[in-house]
Formats: sequence, structure tokens, C-alpha cells
Amino acid sequence: MKTFNEIKRNIKKDYSSFAKEDIAILSNSASQLLNIGIRGLSFDYNIDLNIYEADYNQVEYEVFNEGSELYTKSPKYILIYLSTNKLLDKFYSYPLNERHAFAVKYLTYIEDLVSTIHLKLTNSIILFCNFPEIDDSIYGNQAGKTENSFLYQCRKINYLLSEKSVQLNHLLLIDLVGLQNRFGIGQLFNNNIYITTDIVLSTDVLPYVSEIVLNIIKVRNGSVTKCVVLDLDNTVWGGIIGDDGYENIEIGTLGIGKAFTEFQKWLKELKNRGIILAVCSKNNEDVAKEAFLRNTEMVLKLDDISVFVANWDNKADNIRSIQFILNIGFNSMVFLDDNPVERQIVKENIPDIIVPELPEDPAYYLQYLYSLNLFDTTGVTNEDIKRTESYQKELHISTLKKSFVDESDFLSSLEMVSLVESFNKNNLARVVQLSQRSNQFNVRTIRYTDNDVLQLASSSDFSNYSFTLNDKFGENGLICVVSLKSVSKSEYFIENWFMSCRVLKRTMENFVLNTIIADINKMGCLTLVGEYIPTAKNNLVIDHYKNLGFSEDNGRWVLSVSDYTIRETYINKL
Amino acid sequence: MNKEEILKIVNEIFVDVLDNPNVVIDLITTANDVEDWDSLNHIQLVVAIEKRFNVRFKSNEIRNWENVNEMIESILSK
Repeated sequence: MKTFNEIKRNIKKDYSSFAKEDIAILSNSASQLLNIGIRGLSFDYNIDLNIYEADYNQVEYEVFNEGSELYTKSPKYILIYLSTNKLLDKFYSYPLNERHAFAVKYLTYIEDLVSTIHLKLTNSIILFCNFPEIDDSIYGNQAGKTENSFLYQCRKINYLLSEKSVQLNHLLLIDLVGLQNRFGIGQLFNNNIYITTDIVLSTDVLPYVSEIVLNIIKVRNGSVTKCVVLDLDNTVWGGIIGDDGYENIEIGTLGIGKAFTEFQKWLKELKNRGIILAVCSKNNEDVAKEAFLRNTEMVLKLDDISVFVANWDNKADNIRSIQFILNIGFNSMVFLDDNPVERQIVKENIPDIIVPELPEDPAYYLQYLYSLNLFDTTGVTNEDIKRTESYQKELHISTLKKSFVDESDFLSSLEMVSLVESFNKNNLARVVQLSQRSNQFNVRTIRYTDNDVLQLASSSDFSNYSFTLNDKFGENGLICVVSLKSVSKSEYFIENWFMSCRVLKRTMENFVLNTIIADINKMGCLTLVGEYIPTAKNNLVIDHYKNLGFSEDNGRWVLSVSDYTIRETYINKL
Repeated sequence: MNKEEILKIVNEIFVDVLDNPNVVIDLITTANDVEDWDSLNHIQLVVAIEKRFNVRFKSNEIRNWENVNEMIESILSK
């Protein structure tokens, strides 16, 4: 969120190209800074928001006087901010024996304000601020069970106000109590400024108040989030389903599965509210769907997902397909992915889509997403709730496939580098781990123990390679291993080649092959031979050698070293 | 921190809050000498200075400063 000072700077900018909206601010405290905050922030929403700020403490005059400026201006939005400090004052002057009924009585006053405005300005929306709590501690800790306490009556007013707003379409709430929960009263309110100026809300919190107001206007103008596009591995569950298997992904009680369970429950609530859920995952479709079909801990089921796209194409193109099918604007879509590289390619190619920078630790996903308030609404309709059903259809994405993305530009912008090393003490543990975990990109699925790796490292028959990959977003660590066996002076056999799927489509395979060929060429090798041994999970690499230019010969894949032309890669050797 | 150093920082805060790179203040500067140093901006200056120096001004201080020197005296007294 911008600071108040940054928002204020907007005021000098040129608003003339924006759509105009009108709002009145009525307050019983000094509202000049609120005015600046709302006007300033409206620039960032591409709205030229004209503000009529009533004179200080003239709420009743404006509302109950037919000839007031409020009615001659007749703005579409009317923001009413009555401070809790003034409410407390009123409460103290209320007869002691009637205080238990203060809230009910005060609400009739609010109703009076609202209905009088509505009678004259039928089409206007009234934005009413609720009342941050002040605990005057007159009744100590039991104020909440004491009807005569201010705290009790203040909470009751907030509740009754909420209830009222449920009944009236033209009454919306500005939830200052929510901001108080988030920031605490110390941030909401500066005593010294309040005493010297009667400005109640601090400049720290004004940007957030302004944001609520502008979100209401934005949503009223039809700009709402309709769809959440979800990555799967490490976003919706922990781990990589293609490698770990549907029964071992982290969800429920497994590992940090609790974080993902709570996240899925929240997504399900969104779906129940009418937000469309779509999946966009780099996976084989049948493997990805296994989690939904067979893992009983999954909160989300297949019929919660309106569009399910799992393939190995780039996500920007896949999201375009999803958008095409749903026929909604990109600016009404949110894309959630744990991987910063995927987020970047989507952001760069689809500027309008909302791409939150998810925290690294899934434990913080929810808190972060709550704070973004991506699903603002001015009221949920039955149509919203039925939306998912109407969108639910089988998707045949292959018919839509068309690439918009210039991958080479993107890949070179990633500034990728790889450290190439043989097996050694430092990388031993990771080589073993990757060999155990990689099921998809694993051409022969030979697993290593610590001992195996040590033996390979000391054997003169084997040349071993480990590769890391780092890019401008950070380190992926050791992500690929190749082991070559010298069959004869002129022939090497690729005993093992496995890689993390996280780095697919980064030209890593080309980089690896270039590296190997350069080495064995120096040693006088003429032929490189590879083999694919199929398993239940490694269908992904069935054409691995074919794609790299090897030719098939009796179930073996053969490449001539002397005829090799260097393959295109965007990765540099570190 | 001495007065000169504080004045330098306070000057930066004035530049930032008033959004005017040309504002130059010294110890005897008053609100009348600076364009835009009105009561609304005064509040924002107070809040920004409080944050920067991690102090809280008393309500009476906020009301009664005659010039920049008194403001800085208030900071020094914390």
C-alpha cells in the first residue's frame, strides 16, 4: 500500500482522461485528510473522483435540509463518517437508566439519516463507516457482559448497522472495525493529532480507508474478480505429484499439509461464493487429476474446477485458452503460483491479470491473500453462486493451442546460469535425493544410494555430471544429473539422466547435451548412446532422445558426436 | 545529534511532505515563510517528524511552535 504522502502526490497529476465519479463526504470530525486520501488514490484507479466535502460537523444540516448542497450536487456516492469519540460523548450525556437501550436508539438516528437521503437521492449509494471500538474501561474486563457499558453498546451498534445494511441495497459499510482489528487502535488513531485538530483517523490508516471506498466504486463499475487460476504442485498441495505420487503429496496430516488443507478450504469457499476455479499446471493431465480423484484428503474435488489445464506448454498461452473458454476479461482473473518464474512469464505476457507474489512459506499464503482483498463485492447474487456450474464443461485444449509468447526473449531475460560439476562431497546428498525423487524426467530410473554415488565418483569407467540452475529470481539448486559409461574408446552410454521438472522448457536439456558432447569429443568419442526404459511415471521423456536429435537403432538411441551441431540454449556455464 | 544535523533532516522531511524540492528552512523559519505550510500540511509534518525521530510530541508542543527552532528544541528534549 502506498503511503499517504505518496497518494497525496497524485493530486497534482492529470485526471482528465479518466471517467468521472462524484462522492460527498459528511463527517462530524475534520475530514480534510480523508478527502485528500480518496481523491489522491482515485488516480490509481483511473477514476476522476470529484469530492464534495461538507463543512465540519454539518451532517444533519446536509441531510435534513432539502436545500442543502448535498441535494443540489446529488452525488452517486455519499460517505458518512461519524467518529466513535463523538459517539462516546453522546453516550456519556445519555440518561444512566436508559443506556442499555442506547444502541437501538442510535440506530434509529442512523436509519433516519439513511432513509432521508435515499428518499431524495434514490440512486445514490450510502457508504457508512462503522465504529472502531473504544474501551473506556469503566466496567473493566466485564464491559462485554455489561449492557450499560459503552463497549457493549458500541459493539451492538456495529452489529445492528451490519444487519441494517443486509436489508438495504443502497447502504454499504466501510469496515473501520476491520481495520482496527488489523492495525490496532494505536495505528488507527493519534491522540495528539486528534486533540489538536479533531482529525480522528491517522495518516497511516487513511490509505486503507480510501482503498475500501475506491474498491466499492470499482466493483460498482463492474470490475470484479471472477476466476482464480491455480497452479497445483506446491501451490494447492505440497510436493510434486508426478514424482511423489498422488498418495504422497502434502495435504491433510502429511508434512505441512495443514497449510494446503486450509488454503483449499478457502478456495472452496470462494467457489461456493461464485468465483470460478481453474487449474493451470505443468503436469500430465491424468497424473494431476489423480490427486483430485484418489487422494481422500483433498478438499477440492474435480467438480469444483471449471477448467482443468495440465500440460507442459507455457502458462501464459494456457491462461489465454482458459480466458477464451470462460469469455471473461483478464482483469477479472487472479493467477496463483508458487514459482516466481511462472508468475513472471504470465505477468509479462498478460499485463491485465492479477498475479499475487505468494510468500515462500505456504503457511503464509492465506494471511497474505486475505490482506489483498481480491474478491470485493457490493453484494452477492444468486447468479454469482451458480456461475461455476454454468461454466463447468469439458475442455479440449488442443484445439485452441496457439502460442502468443515469445519464449526466447523471456528465456534470455531470465539470465540463467548453471554450475557443472562431477559428483563430490558437497553435492552427494542432493544427487542421491534427486535420484530417489525424480520419477517423471528419469530416462532409466536407476536409483542411487550414498555408496553408489561414491563408487561412481571414484570409477574410471564413468563420467558424472551434476547441474545447478540459477536465474534472476533465485536458485533452483542442483536439478539435473547425468552419468556416462565409457563402453569403448569411441562409444559412451548414458547410464543415467534425470532432472527436476521444475526446470522443464528452460533449454536445460540442450545445455546438458552441449556440455557432454564437448567433453567426450575431446576424449575422442565418436558415438553417444542413450536408452529409454518406460515406467508408470516417466512417459514425459518417451521422446527425450528423439527430440535431441538421436536416431533409433534397435531400441537404442544413437548420436554421432562429430556431426553434432550445438543446440540452442539460454543457459550460461558458471 | 546536534541542531544542524536535525535541521538538515527536518528540511528533507519538508521537501518530501510539501512535495517541493526547493524548500529551504532555517531555525527562524515560520509557517508564514513557507508556501504550503498550512495547518493540514503541519499535521503531516508532525507525523513524519515523529516517525523519523521516533518521538511523540505533546499536544501543546504541536499547537505552540513559533518557528523551526522550537520544533527542533522539542525533538532534542525527547
